[in-house]
Amino acid sequence: MENVTNRPETASSAASRRSFLRVAGAAAVTGGLLTACSNADENSVTPTGSARAAGPTVSLPTGDNGILAFAYVLEQLEAAFYEMVLLKPYPNMSASDIALWTDIRGHEIIHRALFKAAVGKLVPDLTFNFSSIDFNNRADVLIHAEAFEKTGVGAYNGAGKYISNPDYLTLAGKIVSVETRHHSILRELQYPYSDAFAGPTIVTSDTGLHLAYEPTFVLPIAQKYINETLDASALVASLS
Amino acid sequence: MNLQNLISEIEKVDGEIIDRLAHVSRRGLFSSLTKKTIALAAPAIMASALNKSYGQALPQSVKDVLNFALALEYLEFTFYDYGSNLAMIPKNYKPAFELIRQHEQVHVRLLKSVLGADAIPMPKFDFSAGGLFPDTFTNFATFSAIAQTFEDTGVRAYKGQAANLQIAKPILQVALQIHATEAAHAANVRYMRGQKGWITGGTAALSGLPSVVDGNYKGEENTVQAGTDLAAALAGDNRITPAMVMQAFDEPLDKATVLALVAPFFAK
Repeated sequence: MENVTNRPETASSAASRRSFLRVAGAAAVTGGLLTACSNADENSVTPTGSARAAGPTVSLPTGDNGILAFAYVLEQLEAAFYEMVLLKPYPNMSASDIALWTDIRGHEIIHRALFKAAVGKLVPDLTFNFSSIDFNNRADVLIHAEAFEKTGVGAYNGAGKYISNPDYLTLAGKIVSVETRHHSILRELQYPYSDAFAGPTIVTSDTGLHLAYEPTFVLPIAQKYINETLDASALVASLS
Repeated sequence: MNLQNLISEIEKVDGEIIDRLAHVSRRGLFSSLTKKTIALAAPAIMASALNKSYGQALPQSVKDVLNFALALEYLEFTFYDYGSNLAMIPKNYKPAFELIRQHEQVHVRLLKSVLGADAIPMPKFDFSAGGLFPDTFTNFATFSAIAQTFEDTGVRAYKGQAANLQIAKPILQVALQIHATEAAHAANVRYMRGQKGWITGGTAALSGLPSVVDGNYKGEENTVQAGTDLAAALAGDNRITPAMVMQAFDEPLDKATVLALVAPFFAK
């Protein structure tokens, strides 16, 4: 069921996450950020693979702009991924699959354009490395699409409480439910006619709560695919 | 479903609630529990946080808000509890409806755990909506259409209240997570009905539903976000259509609108 998410953590990814957390600031991490209500541990997307190529450092701003920038990073990542899916379509991609990827690609491009208008002067266009993904393999594309959507849903749900401007919070809410719709459909396509779209690995059985991830959990996952080096230390320190 | 109103109502009564909740949640509860424990104990934590803030007596206005939310969750749970095991549900869709039923049940429990003895009893419902849908529980097409409407509307209802919860961050996060659960349900029910998982445009017909529920979709045609008409801004990108811009954002509904929309399902 969880081809990506239950992979054992490799030594290199564990090390890179540890170093990220050091950068992020131990005080912030232990002082409440990771103690908020979250089931990330049970539903973690664990970065795997070799160390990324080094690139220029991109420092995320603080406060609301920082959260918008964080969202912009994720939307850039998602949009670039779906652009690749349709740029390098796997063999015999069905008409219904083409329609699905075209819709989702469109949504993510639109989200990216929204955040570019908001914080494009603070965060550059990022470049990506998807070499760990086999775009010729439908199953691999579905697995990674699901993982990206899962990360996005958890990221928005976990970051909402850090947003000060209520209009930004509502805007994030408008987006996260669409990301969740993507995720739900991608689960259904992989495990049709089951409860996988919102089963216990996604939604807690006892409380009916979907995923929520702290930014400190999400950023290392995104970093795996981003050539530039994200520095979120100022952002993380500013969150409360 | 209007869990979000809870804290704004509390705030009107007691301006110190923010500090008290923050103290309880950060120091007294959350920091001493593992994340797994928190996930499993969320209803109890919420109830505990609120009860520690006010002792055993929640202000009446708070109870009213919580009971309103509970009434809406009762509506969904009762609908699925009655319908999800009926023979009219195709075998392929039973796992989905059983899961949704369970989620609505635990959402009810979450609210009841906060209200304790003050929780309202289950209201009486009319899933024919006053005769509008005479075959809700005998015709899967009707049942699934109502399910889609409830779920898509639930997403909008939670979204519309998010900003009211900003003063109570633990509860805001829980509400956002419930909101996402409703969206996951909505997409699945839409898909089984042959609809896209996302909402295109502001009429019921565009979601495969009769015009009688137009109000549940009104506003979803919006293409302006944060002051920018994204359909116009992206008109030069041949990968993007105005329909996609509508799909890319789910629009909120306010409390009064939601109440009016669900009123026909409450027995007269």
